[in-house]
Amino acid sequence: MDNLNIDRHISQQFNTDLEHLRTHLLELGGIVEEQVANAVKALETADSALAEQVLQTEMEVDKREISLDHECTLILARRQPAASDLRLVLMVTKTTHDLERMGDEADKIAKMAIALNEDGASPRGYIELRHIGSNVLKLVNMALDAFARYDAQMAVRVVRDDNQVDLEYRSALRELITYMMEDPRSISRVMNILWALRALERIGDHARNIAENVIYLVHGMDVRHIPLDEIEKKLEAENNSAD
Amino acid sequence: MTEVLDPPNRTEVPAVPSPNVQRLSTQNELKPKMKTKREGSTVGKPFVDAPKISMRGVDVFYGAKQAVFGVDLDIAKNQVIAMIGPSGCGKSTFLRCINRMNDTIDSCRVEGSICLEGEDIYESKLDVVPLRARIGMVFQKPNPFPKSIFDNVAYGPKIHGLVSRKADLEEVVETSLRRAGLWEEVKDRLDSPGTGLSGGQQQRLCIARTIAVSPEVILMDEPCSALDPIATAKIEELIAELSQNFTIAIVTHSMQQAARVSDRTAYFHLGKLIEVNETQKVFTNPDHELTEAYITGRIG
Repeated sequence: MDNLNIDRHISQQFNTDLEHLRTHLLELGGIVEEQVANAVKALETADSALAEQVLQTEMEVDKREISLDHECTLILARRQPAASDLRLVLMVTKTTHDLERMGDEADKIAKMAIALNEDGASPRGYIELRHIGSNVLKLVNMALDAFARYDAQMAVRVVRDDNQVDLEYRSALRELITYMMEDPRSISRVMNILWALRALERIGDHARNIAENVIYLVHGMDVRHIPLDEIEKKLEAENNSAD
Repeated sequence: MTEVLDPPNRTEVPAVPSPNVQRLSTQNELKPKMKTKREGSTVGKPFVDAPKISMRGVDVFYGAKQAVFGVDLDIAKNQVIAMIGPSGCGKSTFLRCINRMNDTIDSCRVEGSICLEGEDIYESKLDVVPLRARIGMVFQKPNPFPKSIFDNVAYGPKIHGLVSRKADLEEVVETSLRRAGLWEEVKDRLDSPGTGLSGGQQQRLCIARTIAVSPEVILMDEPCSALDPIATAKIEELIAELSQNFTIAIVTHSMQQAARVSDRTAYFHLGKLIEVNETQKVFTNPDHELTEAYITGRIG
């Protein structure tokens, strides 16, 4: 915590406020991470009870989103934070939003799980789902770790791996379309898997957003909407000038 | 935590994600790393093209005690530069060097060079009176002369011989008061004493007095620290307007004020110029860790 310096403000209350903000964001992150994992698991193991549990969690996520935004508003109004404090508050509001959206996507997956369960019969596409699901979970996990550790390098890895997930998503799409053409009776079931894959891919994008926010937090550098190799170049230049 | 770094397991979704509790408990050992820069000399961009004022290696001593250490800084034309830093960091002392106000203090000695448009202002033959007409100053406490509002503003143009006819003088007074945003409030009582105005009005009167002699540079030493928020807002508005025609250097204890009014910000610490950068950079992503510490309220 030494390098972070959150606890070095002259105002103890400001320290506490920022520390709470950080902790609360990580708590929300943990909840959403678990929600995503449970949604994928519910789909794979045809566990409707677990899917219901995912849907229940959504309320908690929404509540925490609002309360985190409120905390940020109060800090902005009371403290007029600058530099790294300002970047922390800004990134928390954005990241909260991304996490909440991830929760929404997890909800969609849980609903697909329930729908597929009611249909019975196991459709194709589970292998792709498992594969992409596990990779997306790693992205979420890494993005949150990158925030907890202020680790821009790890954040870059999230961006890189998200590109990979996008490729895998596209190839899974092609495969499932082929399958639907071969066996049109399966279309409605396979579509459900497709929606779930789409939701996972979106979760990966949100993890990438969080990773970009972490880079902004650590280096004060806006890396949205630029290709990965440019991000890496910019970071390298930044690291060199810091030495 | 290490599972994240393992090669992706293609056949299995991880059973349980690392719970938030775990992440929170490990963060203390992981030592998050924030970018910090520590360098000896000034970081950022202390120099500009075609500077209005250019200062090199400025040292200031009070007797044997050195207050300012080797400052290199350019001030750009028609820009506002804010100087910030904790009390006793030398920012006011440095500001006063710019129009040789420190000459009035016997024990004070200034070394190095300060040039106004390439002309050394510490040249021994140079007369400080016209210099101070070119580089005006506004102080922390409003200090109108114990004279009428009109005479307060008319005094400068008169002694510098800028106007001869009474009509011209009246015009200068009106223009100056208008530019200082005070005209509407005082036009009906130009003969009443300047000291009878409110604090904020007095300060704007002092600004009108300063601009009446058409200076090129205005130095402001905490011009709002004795004013309420409304008067402060008016002065800040005024600074923004004046910056179109004047070069302004302002010393302020209010970081928000520096952030609001200035184009560039210079951070002083223990007599040294630590960082100079565009204001928007300083307040969102400063280069030096001391600047960061000061503007985020970690040292004072």
